[in-house]
Amino acid sequence: MGFREALDSGKFLITAEIGPVKGTEIDGLLEDAELIKGKVDAINVTDLQSSVMRLGSMAVCHLLKDRVIDPILQMTCRDRNRLALQSDLLSAWVLGIRNVLALTGDHPTLGDHPQAMPVFDLDSVSLLRVIGRLNEGFDMQGNQLKGAPDFFPGAVVNPGADTEAAFEMQIIKMEKKIEAGARFFQTQGIFDLDLFERFIKRIEGFKIPVLGGVILLKSAGMARFMNKNVAGVFVPESLIKEMEETKDKVKTSIEIAARLIKGLKNLCEGVHIMAIGWEKRIPMVLEEAGL
Amino acid sequence: MIVAEIKPFGEIKDILKGYNKVLIVGCGTCVTVCMSGGERQVELLASALRIARKIEGNEITVGERTILRQCDPEFIDQIKDEAAQYDAILSMACGAGVQGITERLGSISVLPAMNTTFIGVSDGQGTWVEVCTACGDCILYKTGGICPVARCAKGLINGPCGGSQSGLCEVSKDNPCVWQQIYARLVKLNLLHSLKGMSQPKTWPVHPRRLVREDLRLKKEPTKGV
Repeated sequence: MGFREALDSGKFLITAEIGPVKGTEIDGLLEDAELIKGKVDAINVTDLQSSVMRLGSMAVCHLLKDRVIDPILQMTCRDRNRLALQSDLLSAWVLGIRNVLALTGDHPTLGDHPQAMPVFDLDSVSLLRVIGRLNEGFDMQGNQLKGAPDFFPGAVVNPGADTEAAFEMQIIKMEKKIEAGARFFQTQGIFDLDLFERFIKRIEGFKIPVLGGVILLKSAGMARFMNKNVAGVFVPESLIKEMEETKDKVKTSIEIAARLIKGLKNLCEGVHIMAIGWEKRIPMVLEEAGL
Repeated sequence: MIVAEIKPFGEIKDILKGYNKVLIVGCGTCVTVCMSGGERQVELLASALRIARKIEGNEITVGERTILRQCDPEFIDQIKDEAAQYDAILSMACGAGVQGITERLGSISVLPAMNTTFIGVSDGQGTWVEVCTACGDCILYKTGGICPVARCAKGLINGPCGGSQSGLCEVSKDNPCVWQQIYARLVKLNLLHSLKGMSQPKTWPVHPRRLVREDLRLKKEPTKGV
């Protein structure tokens, strides 16, 4: 069962995320994918995450497809203009990729080629609209395609936006993304279930499946770093303390993630697990969460 | 206004290597207002150059002139005769001024003393901020008079990315997230609904752009194709 079918079936969805390496050494990445295969409904492959130049999302998605894993191609607007985005979408389709996650993308200045020209010709909303047009058999100029894809498009939202204006603008943009064709949402990492519940209540009327983000905490230091530097991520002091005081960081990390997943199960349609290097531990997290 | 800043003195000295008679030309409009290339700055740069070259034992003759606008042929013509007595002109205007003189005076080297930074406004004593990219397709009526094309690091026109923290841009903590400013402004004006519609991708300009106003041309020629 592919991701789209899983979503249509109404089951609690599980997706995970892997980040391609900087270079051509892909054995580890494929090993990780094999380990979580069958335990998740799809695997997202990031698109030059953090604006760091590395192996591309499309190639890795294709390799996953070859291993009978349904990939979600993450596609940012940072590096390609509308010609390249549309062409890459067609390329992805013929390589067997069926799910696309449309994102704005981090700014190049945050990565390892800060001098690069930021493209952002389209934004995440117009990219979703373009995916819809391609699905209808036309490019964004209205030219007819010879053979059309049938992508399942998704988008992201940041429920932890930390000011009233940022939060309200996330909601306004989320609505635009739905209008533009998004069929599911994956969120930034969630650590505060009360805050997330407030968000879910707010978007109840949108009637759109949401996969709550779960980040595996590796240490108290990582939690503090994210609180300071990662937009929308807020790890409560109680969890930081738990990580600080534990003798077995891995065990505690898994327990925390499993607890969050159990909580999310009552609030939204699925979870999106971002293991950030701890992909091998995803099966243990799922087991602990009873999934 | 067009905001520009003077190049580092060492770079200006390098640019002028090999020239011994230079006319520094200031501009009386934007760069005078942003205090980087007006009469006063011409005077200071001229003195600094004379002193530096004297110390090097390679004296330079420096003339000083400031005209109202270097982007306007009418004012450039005022320095035509004077310029003919120099090896080069060092322009203290924006890039438009440098090229305005180049086009009009032709046979003399015109060198830039400035880096043109942006179209902006002053938002405090001694500070300026970019507010317009001259994109050629203004959407300020939708965004409460605050431009996301110029003031969002990604130029996003359908709302912010998810990268802001405490109201600040992910790219530079010195900059507020412009979308949060737009939100606050539209709430105040009771116009938040103007954000709901989707903004279409922009049609990017093809450079160089040219503006022809038939109604202002001296000789009325029939428009091509009519």
